[in-house]
Amino acid sequence: MSHYSYLTASQQKTRKKNLFILSILTILIIITFIISMNTGVIKLTPMEVLSTLFGQGDAQQQLILFEFRLPRIIVAVLVGMGLAISGAILQGISRNALADPGILGINAGAGLMVMLFISFFPATAAAPVFLLPVLAFIGSGMTAILIYALSYKRHEGITPMRLLLTGIAVAAGISSAMIVLTLRLSPENYQFVATWLAGSIWGSNWKFVLALLPWIVVLLPFVYSKSRVLNVLNLGELTAVGLGASIEKERRWLLAASVGLAGASVSVSGGIGFVGLIAPHLARQLVGAKHQILLPASALVGGLLVLMADTIGRSLLEPSEIPAGIVVAVLGAPYFLYLLARLKQ
Amino acid sequence: MATSAEGLEGLEKLEELQKRSHPIRAVVALVVGLVGLVFAIALSISFGAADISLSTVWKAVFNFSSDLTEHQIIHEIRLPRVLGAALVGACFAVSGAIMQGMTRNPLADSGLLGLNAGAAFMLAVCFAFFPGLSYMYIIMWSFLGAGLGVAIVYGVGSIAKGGLTPMRLVLAGAAVSALLGALGEGIALYFRIGQDLAFWYAGGVSGTKWSHLQIMGPWILAAMIGALILSRSITLLSLGEEIAIGLGQRTGIIKVWGMIIVLVLAGAAVSVVGAVGFVGLIVPHLTRYIVGHDYRWIISCSVVYGALLVVLADFIARIINPPYESPIGALIAFIGVPFFLYLARKGGKEL
Repeated sequence: MSHYSYLTASQQKTRKKNLFILSILTILIIITFIISMNTGVIKLTPMEVLSTLFGQGDAQQQLILFEFRLPRIIVAVLVGMGLAISGAILQGISRNALADPGILGINAGAGLMVMLFISFFPATAAAPVFLLPVLAFIGSGMTAILIYALSYKRHEGITPMRLLLTGIAVAAGISSAMIVLTLRLSPENYQFVATWLAGSIWGSNWKFVLALLPWIVVLLPFVYSKSRVLNVLNLGELTAVGLGASIEKERRWLLAASVGLAGASVSVSGGIGFVGLIAPHLARQLVGAKHQILLPASALVGGLLVLMADTIGRSLLEPSEIPAGIVVAVLGAPYFLYLLARLKQ
Repeated sequence: MATSAEGLEGLEKLEELQKRSHPIRAVVALVVGLVGLVFAIALSISFGAADISLSTVWKAVFNFSSDLTEHQIIHEIRLPRVLGAALVGACFAVSGAIMQGMTRNPLADSGLLGLNAGAAFMLAVCFAFFPGLSYMYIIMWSFLGAGLGVAIVYGVGSIAKGGLTPMRLVLAGAAVSALLGALGEGIALYFRIGQDLAFWYAGGVSGTKWSHLQIMGPWILAAMIGALILSRSITLLSLGEEIAIGLGQRTGIIKVWGMIIVLVLAGAAVSVVGAVGFVGLIVPHLTRYIVGHDYRWIISCSVVYGALLVVLADFIARIINPPYESPIGALIAFIGVPFFLYLARKGGKEL
């Protein structure tokens, strides 16, 4: 403990730097938020946006902002946070730099459940939306268990590479099942599922915000409270055991939280991959590997990323929209390749 | 000195390999496979919305008369379709066999290594920017696309520290497929060509026409002959690069030709059926299990069994849920995924 005291000066410096970075990220989110509010067929000036936000706009402006754009933006930010934290947990507990709920196939499992949901409650009907994240959690949870079981080998445990390969294969299998299932859908539901798969933020409605919010509000602080555990797990299994962490139990809880976050996010946003990969990596570059600061930074980077992707997707080719998932994949896949090339065996 | 020692070692390995290859089993497998293929083709032709008896199928093929509706159906719709399925299957299987042999990578498959995604991406580009392009040019773009996909995957794989391991190539392939898939989808959404492309992406041979077969036929034939010519060299390469050099093989040229053949085969197949994976993974492993490690037999058996697999998949796709057709890519994945998992579990080392 003695080295703590003489590190204090530099620690305080780091803390200041970290707080600075967190506030910069927050400001960037706010800026993107304002830009995103302006993006769309009907243009509003930043001033109009602000005055409408404070209740001074006319009826049309209010309708556009509060009923269409605002819920969508909030969903985008929440989804980004959820996926980023989910990825940060996966990377932390598996010590695998390439872990991401999308690549590992967890998102695909959630997608399958969402598709079943849609075939029972067509998009037009008043579906019980709050059930959606629950179903997605069940789907992604079962997939996670399946992947874990398939990549587990006696004596060797789980190697990062085999985990990824298994995830890729399971995701391929699940998406095949989904393709077969789509044949039973009516044309309009089919169109809906196709856009969902591409990862467009489709739940742009207050109902979806309310369905997603509890998951984020409960799970994010829970994960944050486990920051120390994540730090220890990151040191490696033997060290963690030596330090007295009951690894398997902690790991299972964290895994469940990760799966819950990914499932809930994906159920509202559609198949957005790579956020859980990129956001923690960028955050680690900015603030270092301590989870107490890494987790909030990842959440902010993730929220910013998805919000930007959605805004770009909406504004690039007006009036048609590019789903945010496509924008993120175009950015994320090269980043994955870059990490893959840098990684030692 | 070193080369002669390696040559000796190579000869020993070659002898051992010849002991492990089973020409008689291979011939039997070829004959059984061919009979099965003919039977599957006949079955597939006879089955459909209008049931046609096998004897009519026989007459329609060998004694065609344009007055009969049934003969017309067979000739214009079912025959090109089933031949397309057979060709596509043979192409994917042989390209997989060549890749597995040349790179000694048990997980090599045109779908897993990004070739299919590259070709499919180029199809989207073609539809968006050059609508109404004739199939002759589409197929060439498809070759280019397959080349693009594999170039990125191998590029990343070879920059990587620790070199080209099978697992790393598969991961790079997955990422490249995601990237090219997303770009293709973006293009499709923007140019509103999703409907045209869905047919390709879903992976179906139902739209195959005689004109397609005529155009891709020569390419595929040339590539298949090339593959058979190369097959002996591929056997030597599969023993290891040094050994192949020690036995007097010019490995550089062999690899270049092998890659060109793979691109032509995978590109042609994708231009018909879309990005169907796993055929090139399953079939060569299966044939290797039967006939041993001699690529002359592996490749020729892969032609037959690849064709058989896709013809059967197409047949099953039509009978599961009539009058709808299930995508054959999804059906093949149901066999392919467990098979891939099995190989990945073995660690992806042995070959």
